[in-house]
Amino acid sequence: MLSQELRGQVQYVDVLIVGAGPAGMAAAIAAKEAGVENLLVLEREQNMGGILRQCIHNGFGLHRFKEELTGPEYAQRDIDRVRDLGIEVRCGTTVLSIDENRFVTAISKEKGVQLFEAGALILAMGCRERPRGALATPGARCSGIYSAGTAQKFVNLEGYMPGKRVVILGSGDIGLIMARRMTLQGAKVLACVELMPYSSGLNRNIVQCLHDYDIPLLLSHTVIDIEGKERLSGVTVAQVDERRNPIPGTEQHFDCDTLLLSVGLIPENELTLQANVEMSPLTQGAVVDDSLQTDKEGIFACGNVLHVHDLVDFVSAESFKAGKAAAAYVQGKSRKGAYVRLKDGEGVRGVVPQRLLVPEGEAESVQVMFRPAGVYENATVSILDGDKEILRQKKRILTPGEMAELMLKPEQIKALSGGDVTVQIVR
Amino acid sequence: MEQQITCINCPVGCRLQVVVEDGEVKSVTGNSCNRGLTYAKQECTAPMRMVTASVPVMDRQTPVSAKTRTPIPKKDIFHCMAELGKVQLHAPVEAGQVICANVCGTGVDVIATKSVQ
Repeated sequence: MLSQELRGQVQYVDVLIVGAGPAGMAAAIAAKEAGVENLLVLEREQNMGGILRQCIHNGFGLHRFKEELTGPEYAQRDIDRVRDLGIEVRCGTTVLSIDENRFVTAISKEKGVQLFEAGALILAMGCRERPRGALATPGARCSGIYSAGTAQKFVNLEGYMPGKRVVILGSGDIGLIMARRMTLQGAKVLACVELMPYSSGLNRNIVQCLHDYDIPLLLSHTVIDIEGKERLSGVTVAQVDERRNPIPGTEQHFDCDTLLLSVGLIPENELTLQANVEMSPLTQGAVVDDSLQTDKEGIFACGNVLHVHDLVDFVSAESFKAGKAAAAYVQGKSRKGAYVRLKDGEGVRGVVPQRLLVPEGEAESVQVMFRPAGVYENATVSILDGDKEILRQKKRILTPGEMAELMLKPEQIKALSGGDVTVQIVR
Repeated sequence: MEQQITCINCPVGCRLQVVVEDGEVKSVTGNSCNRGLTYAKQECTAPMRMVTASVPVMDRQTPVSAKTRTPIPKKDIFHCMAELGKVQLHAPVEAGQVICANVCGTGVDVIATKSVQ
């Protein structure tokens, strides 16, 4: 319970958005364009733009703007729009807590502790890199080991080179991009080591970041030893069998001063958990309905905090939807109908949304997204209503590295029986 | 001469076998669509790449990010980086500003992709 004095300090905001990365900015723009005047964005860093600020390579915006932009250019378009619309953004402001009644506390150097009550709350905190501690890596705890994103920040935003001879563990896109960046800035990248028999990175990045610079991609390999007293001096790499155990006799040693880790991203949901929002163990994000609303009324989630996306274009698209839905919620345009659950079937991991409203009135198309559990060629994706197949689509290729999507049409949604809906891949 | 390349147009990543004679593509196999054909022809005769970099700005902690306005020949990537290494920039730098004109004689300018005040 708040004291009388503190109660007087609570600021009411119609729509409050946590994070001013691509997701938070798009959500704010959409909410404002839908007519919400009283909205506020809180951002922990000193600048808007999120991770795009350090992604100085090109390849962003092909879907949304039909042109190829660098990260800073993509971010600037949203920053300009946020400013043109007069949306208030408080940078350097860290959200400390949220609860299911949408009561928010935040802190900044300038304003100290701030208390808010939000009509609707949009969670857009993004994700963070899986750290070394989560990997159970062997060997010395020396310096010279960075996550790929940390190295990217050093090189691109602060102008520091983390090292001269580099091995990269993991072949996610950030690792691949950093292999090229370190090479262009004068380092020698010795190898990119991937535990799985396939890379989770885009083909474009494998070709243009590794092949172009003759950097070997060692699939089904991992780092089995890390050596170094104070600074890293070398790593030992070995091939793994199909159960991912190192195969004796396949060891090779690399003399290096830097090891970069590109081993996955984890949605940053510490705040979400405080509000007791139902979570999905597969996406590691909130469980949401087709309007991006969580199981807590008025709390929405979008972008990489909800599930890790491959392209920022899709983050923006999803977040526009969340901003629009949050606006509708505070404007009292609530949706009526019955919910059905969407479930992962064979070959499907982490379907989003997990709940779907079958509205009383007219339905809209709903995009269903998921990650394939493995690599499938010439497979069929299907959606089942109970046992009945309601949608079937052939896909030339499905890989865990690329999010797959299907569109449910309004008439298909209206015809749902009310039981569980399952998404599956059939070989 | 036969070259092996990976098509980058989609996640299938077809392995393309490309026969090049006298700087001309004679045949492409392994592609499953026409985009592979177009890609192989370009990639095996005149491969082009966008180059992006971060360039230091004097008296500022933050470097400025930069890109070639259009792709340049792949063989010029390292020359381009070397030339950018010699550039002496002073704040303010505006997004879109040319920071290295006609890099390596390619006819392509390198421009800033953000502003540094």
